[in-house]
Order: sequence, then C-alpha cells, then structure tokens
Amino acid sequence: MLKRFWPWFWFLVGAVYFLVPLYATFDFSLRARRGELSFAAYANVLNDIRFVESFWFSLQTALATIAISALVIVPTAYWVQLRLPRLRPVIEFFTLLPFVVPAVVLVFSLARTYSRTPLTDSREGLWVLLIGSYVILSFPYMYRAVDTGLRSINIHDLTEAAQSLGAGWFTILARVIFPNVYVALLSGAFITFAIVMGEFTIAALLAQPAFGPYMNRLASSRVYEPSALAIISFALTWAAIAAIQWIGQGSQARVAGPR
Amino acid sequence: MAFLEIVGVRKSFGATVAVENFDLTVERGEFVSFLGPSGCGKTTTLRMVAGFEKPTAGRIVIDSVDVTDMPPNRRNIGMVFQSYALFPNMTVADNIGFGLKIARRPANEIRARVEELLRIIHMPEFGRRYPYQLSGGQQQRVALARALAIQPKLLLLDEPLSALDAKIRASLRQEIREIQRQLGITTIYVTHDQEEAMALSDRIVVMSRGRIEQIGTPFEVYNFPATRFVASFVGTLNLIQATVVDAAIGLLTVEGQPVRVASSLQSHRSGDAVSLAIRPELITLDGQVHREVNRLSGTVEDVTFLGSIVRVQVRFAAHRLHFDLFNNPQLRPPQPGSSITVQFAPEACLVLGEEASPAQSLSASAARAA
Repeated sequence: MLKRFWPWFWFLVGAVYFLVPLYATFDFSLRARRGELSFAAYANVLNDIRFVESFWFSLQTALATIAISALVIVPTAYWVQLRLPRLRPVIEFFTLLPFVVPAVVLVFSLARTYSRTPLTDSREGLWVLLIGSYVILSFPYMYRAVDTGLRSINIHDLTEAAQSLGAGWFTILARVIFPNVYVALLSGAFITFAIVMGEFTIAALLAQPAFGPYMNRLASSRVYEPSALAIISFALTWAAIAAIQWIGQGSQARVAGPR
Repeated sequence: MAFLEIVGVRKSFGATVAVENFDLTVERGEFVSFLGPSGCGKTTTLRMVAGFEKPTAGRIVIDSVDVTDMPPNRRNIGMVFQSYALFPNMTVADNIGFGLKIARRPANEIRARVEELLRIIHMPEFGRRYPYQLSGGQQQRVALARALAIQPKLLLLDEPLSALDAKIRASLRQEIREIQRQLGITTIYVTHDQEEAMALSDRIVVMSRGRIEQIGTPFEVYNFPATRFVASFVGTLNLIQATVVDAAIGLLTVEGQPVRVASSLQSHRSGDAVSLAIRPELITLDGQVHREVNRLSGTVEDVTFLGSIVRVQVRFAAHRLHFDLFNNPQLRPPQPGSSITVQFAPEACLVLGEEASPAQSLSASAARAA
C-alpha cells in the first residue's frame, strides 16, 4: 500500500507545484475587466500589431535556425558516427559549451568578432548573427537528439546497403538517413523552437524585434496582458510537443525493427 | 578468364593483419562460400570485394574490370547483410525498387521488376508493408530481392541467415540456392556454419587467421582436408594420440593396439607421436565390414539418441572416440558399461602432425583414399 502511496504523493506534489502557478496566471489573465472573467487581455495581445510582428519575426528566426541546424548537424552527427567515432567525446564536449558560456558572453563575443563586417552593419546582417547565435544555443539539443536517433538505426549497414545499390552520399543522406532520424530531428527542432521563441538576452542585445523582448516590454508596461501572453506561449509549446507525438507515431513504429 | 579474380589481396588495420595472400578465382554463375571462425578475415574479404574496405595490397577484378579503387556505388554488386539493412522508412516495394530508382529506370519498368522479384521470393502480396511488419525470414527475402533487383554482376551475402531460427534458416537456405541457380548469378557467401556452406556451395574457401586454408568442393573439403585446421573445423572429428611404429608401411599404435593407415608416413620416424583423425561416420561396429580393417576395443561410456542416428561414446584407456549408428528400432543400441570393438578402414584415418606443425601426411592419405 505504502509502495503505491509515495509515487502518487510525489506526483501530486509535482503537479501542484507546476499547475497552481499556471492556473493562477490563467485566472489572473481573465480579470482584465473589473468584476467579470473575460478574454479581453488575450484580445488585446492578439490585436496588438507588435505581437504579430514580433511573433512572426521569431517564428521565421526559429524556422531558419532549425533548418540550418538540421543541415549542419545531421551530416555532422552521421559522419562522426560512421567514420569518426573517436571524435564523439570531443563533439559531446562542444555540445556542453552553450550551457557553460552565458548568452551575454556569447553575444558580445560574436558582436566583437564580427564588428565592422556586413553582419553587424545592417539589419539583415544582425538577423544572420542572431540565427548563428541560436544555432549555437540549440546545438546541444539538436546534436544529442540526432545522435540518439542515429544510434537507434544501424547506419553502417543502411549506408552500405544504399551504396551497394548505387546511391551516392547526397542520396544516402536525403533518402535514407534524414527520413530515419526524422522523429529525433523533430524533437530537437521543437526544443529549438521553444528556446528561440522565448529567448530574450541575445535578441535584446542585438536589438532585434523578437518575441522575447516584446514579452519583456509588455511585462513592464501592462498588467494582465503579460499573463495572457505567458498562457499563449505555453499553449504554443504544448501544441508543438503534441505535434511531435502525432507526427512521430508512424515513424517511430517503422524504425522499431523486426518483430 | 575467370569472372571474379582476387589476386594477392592483403588487408591490415594498423598492426593487425586481417587478410593475407588471398588468391581466388570464381567462374561466372558459381556459388562460393567463405567459411571460417569469427575473426578469420572472411567478412573483411567480402567487404573488399564490395568496395567497403580498400585492400592494403593486391587487386580485385570483376568481369575483366579492375575494381580495386572503384567506389562501392559504381561496382554494381548486390549485397545482403546479416542485419537485413532494409530501409525502415520505405515499404517492401520501395526497398526493392530503391536501386532501380537510383539508376533512373522508368517507373513502369521498376514496378514490373519489383512485382517479378516479389513473386520470386514468394511474397507477392507484401509490397505495401513496412519492414517492421515482417518476420526476420521475410525481411531477409526482401533484402535478397532488393540486392537482385539491380541485376548485379555479383551477389554477396554476409552471414544472411545467422539471425534466423534453425527451421527458417534451413528453408531460406534452400530458397537462396534455388534463386541463385534460377538467375545464374555469381555469388559469394560468408558463413561460419559449415553445414550451410556445404549445402549451398559449388566450392568452399576455408579460412583461418586471415589466410586461405583450403579451396575445394564441399566433398573435397570434408573428405580430404588439406590442413589440420580444416580437418578439425569442418565436420566432427575423433582425434586420438598415436605413436608411429613403422613409418614405411604406415603402422601406428594406439594404447598398444595396432592401427594401419593407407599411406606411408614419409615425414615421420618410428616413435614419433601423431594425432589420428577419424570421422565418426567412418567407424562401424566390429563385423559390419568384410575387408582389411583396424580394430579398437574399449568400453561403451555413453549412448546419445539423436533421432535418425545414435551417437556412441567409447573409452579405451585415456582416449574417447565417438561413432554414429543409424537408428534401427529392431536393434538394441550398445549399452553403457559393455565391452565393444569398433572398426575402421585404413583409408578412414588421417594422420596429423603435432599441435604446432601443419598437417603431415594428410594430403597423401586423402589422395590415396580418393
């Protein structure tokens, strides 16, 4: 009996710790109008052109980050596993660096390194620098997700099978490796998505009109709207996780192997 | 000119030599197996033929084209892997048609070829399934069809049946051989299973420690092993310590009992210790053969019923010897503890040198027996 009690007890403690603040935020976001519960704060947020612009900006940045990360990291992780397994500890060490180097240090280093280049002279250049920073930030999540995905399939034999059937490296990557690490890539991609959508430090220091700085500005100037925005952010993140689960179902079964 | 020529091939990984002095010619349509224990270099050799490993020395010629430096995707070689290596994201039909798509063949040709191969592997209704929906045996048949789809010059199979259970292995083995004969495709098959190699092959290449020990038909390799390794690795063998009494006439003694071999022991002298190798099926009960025979008397130690045969273990002095009797419900098998005399012909005896040395009179004995 006690064996069952304690797991449930700790589960409930965790759930309360997580859900109570969330419920409080949601409840607070509904009280924009005195004496009644309404979605007025949500309407205000969604009608604000700066919300749409910053959200759209961050969405594009997130998608660009994911695309570049995928194009860089999948071939890298694949090649390391296939031909350079001794380099794995080195790469894994690099994946830890974004956790160790603070975002402030990272952005000042990048800004200093690329000062007086097109990357810091124009708005487009700064956007590229922002994406570059996010690729570095997302590196641990993307690399580890892809690496785990690659380990779940026999890339050596799949590569050699494709080669024996006449496929070159590009075909192998595009038609054999990418589709089979799709789910892993997707999970890394959505973590990247969540990070980019909420990132504040780098975007603010590079003076980019991103969603993170917008949320921060809103929090300092409005009362109920920041809570509504927080709930919207949660909803988007959960929608992303649900999408991973839904899209990944078929693919996970396919790579499950022989019965 | 042979269809496949492997000339003086050597492969080393750092200081470790995986394959050395490998010379082999394979005729068009021939089925050749590389047989040997783990680590003997058979898979490395196969991978060099496929192009996945580059020989450190030597050359590989397929159909008069030197492919030694050619990348694997340009060799037109079909390969079947132990792990099946089917693409999990593709259906069975897509897997089989993959090589043809790479070769940019027309869609209707691909469809027709895929259907033909699905028929050949007896899986016409499985085209739309994914690999995870198939059993191991079915997956391997698809892998075979995929390798054959591109109409390769050479088919390479790397222990394709190792991951399957015994019953499926036996039936798939037969299927592979039938398909190979039907298509007449030159095939190299890697296995550590001697029974598999003997059942499938036109010729067997027995390997040990990166070297070829013997090349021959299954009959030759089993009956006339060229080296001590082949004798002990292929089939079951009784090894008995003996002493040379008269090398000129091939007379030995085993625990005081005389044994005659078919050839003279030119490289031995009287008093030399040798090993006497005898296949269990060449030993019979006393009185069953009416010609010059060797006889050894001992005590029945154990009797094992194996269905169609009964394996009898006889002890005489410090030696144990196994022999097989066909099961006959009308005859009572020997009983443990009873005295027994077994016999074998001088031609059944292979004389092996001491442990470290190569086979001595093995070839001579074999040739005479032949």
